[in-house]
Amino acid sequence: MVKKSQKKEKTGALSIKNVTKIYDPSGVNVKAVDDCSMEIAGGEVCMIVGPSGCGKTTLLNAIAGFHSITEGSIHLDGELLCGPGKPKAEQSAERMVVFQHGALFPWKTLQENVAYGPTVQRAMSSAEALDKAGQMLAEAGLGQFIKKYPGEVSSGMARRAEIVRALINDPKVLLLDEPYRAMDALTKQIMHESLLETYDRTGVTIFFITHDLEEAIFLGDKVHVVTTRPCQLKKTVEVNIPRPRSFETQSSEEFRRLLEEVNEAVHEEAVKAFQAGEREMA
Amino acid sequence: MGQVSAAREQSHNKPEGIELFLLRLKKKVCSVDPYLTFAGIGLWLFVYWVLCEGLEIWRFNKLPGPVAISKDWFSTTPFQGISIFTETYYDHIRVSCQRILIAFGLATGLGVPLGLFMGWSRPIRDYIFPIIETLRPIPILAWVPLSILLLPGFEGPVIFLATLASFFVTTLNAMLGVDSIDEEYFRAAGCLGSSRWDVFRHVVVPGALPFIFTGLQISIGVAWFSLVAAEMVSGDLGLGYLIVDAYMNNVTVPMVIAMITLGFIGYFSSACVRALGNKLMAWHVKELAQQGR
Repeated sequence: MVKKSQKKEKTGALSIKNVTKIYDPSGVNVKAVDDCSMEIAGGEVCMIVGPSGCGKTTLLNAIAGFHSITEGSIHLDGELLCGPGKPKAEQSAERMVVFQHGALFPWKTLQENVAYGPTVQRAMSSAEALDKAGQMLAEAGLGQFIKKYPGEVSSGMARRAEIVRALINDPKVLLLDEPYRAMDALTKQIMHESLLETYDRTGVTIFFITHDLEEAIFLGDKVHVVTTRPCQLKKTVEVNIPRPRSFETQSSEEFRRLLEEVNEAVHEEAVKAFQAGEREMA
Repeated sequence: MGQVSAAREQSHNKPEGIELFLLRLKKKVCSVDPYLTFAGIGLWLFVYWVLCEGLEIWRFNKLPGPVAISKDWFSTTPFQGISIFTETYYDHIRVSCQRILIAFGLATGLGVPLGLFMGWSRPIRDYIFPIIETLRPIPILAWVPLSILLLPGFEGPVIFLATLASFFVTTLNAMLGVDSIDEEYFRAAGCLGSSRWDVFRHVVVPGALPFIFTGLQISIGVAWFSLVAAEMVSGDLGLGYLIVDAYMNNVTVPMVIAMITLGFIGYFSSACVRALGNKLMAWHVKELAQQGR
């Protein structure tokens, strides 16, 4: 609460209230999210951790406007995104998604990809947008690759470019769905540092879904552990490690302690999820 | 391997233009592939010769062999009327090529947009797809009487038939091309603030291109196939007509010359379509190259 008042001027505060999502694809109601509430302050890095298939992505899809919600409401800076009478949020550049498998358009160069948002929103002329895109990619260390197609660069570079593509629109919230899942540990480390550097520069609110507990603590201000399906908030762990953080942070005493705390909460849920899976199989 | 070539690229300037062409040519000549092609052609010609002219096997002795064909084909005074020096040979080629250009152009111009719209919009698909799926399996030869009744002259029915066949292939592939686009690209486009038209221009069209060009390569083959069939039934000129005409008049050499010519032109036309596709889809070519293909 104190933190919130400190960052009063920051935008991008997400308020998720009693959200429930029921899927009904084949007449059997599946509750993916059940009465889930979370408060995310503007400019906060909020990490969502929970077992596979627990409904984390459903929550993200609701915020992004890809799916509707059944009950509850989601507000961004006090404005209703979705709620009673408006089950599905509109898609908008103020809530940018970075996808699990990467969704840079393979038929556009990195520069064209980044310039795409401002161009179609008519926020800039196409030449201006390309200029700005080139500049921002160079800042992200991708200066030599702006004319390359996504298929020609490594997955790490593509992911960095995708974050630049999101940031050029000056979003209020960045929604990341396990963006570094398929990467090796070394690349991941570089990606983390690059994301932290970006965050320190922009202060954008980050909603980040992950399975990787070390990642969650290293990047986050708060780690929200959610339960196995249906998804509910189980525990919130505050990460009070000062920024800017570097990779040495990960060997600190405090880091280890937090890791243990989160691990304990997640492990319980993982066991439950596994047992539920076994029951379904049986 | 990748490291070595990367190192070489850094130490030397990249070859370009004619230099690059010579480098590639040299690589090609030094590899085994072109010789296999020559050996394949040689073997094929030899078997053909043995069957028709060498041993004159029963029934094959009715066919003109490679020697008889090349004698006529490259002669200034061809025995059976058609050679590279006679004007009629080129008339037939010209007429067929013209018809293909018109038919393929029409089929592409109509089929690609229609297929894209069908993939993009559910209502459009619901209107049109069932009709197309019903008409598509009707063999092109079954359309011959109808097309002669419907359209005047020789030209109309022939072009209609060739267009029809390739139109179905093109439309279907364009539609499947849209289906093949990953949902995440649509979501990303939505997030980035695209209008529906932006999505069509920047996601649907480029995303479907690989499928469209696969379709066009098949469709130009199908166009030739149905063109020749149509020319055989209803025609006054053209390579298909030449084949039937030669057969009727019991001159077999021009028949085979026309067949081989069709083969070459067909090969050339698909190569052109492929080249155009590679030019329009540099991103796709580079992506495949990255995967070592």
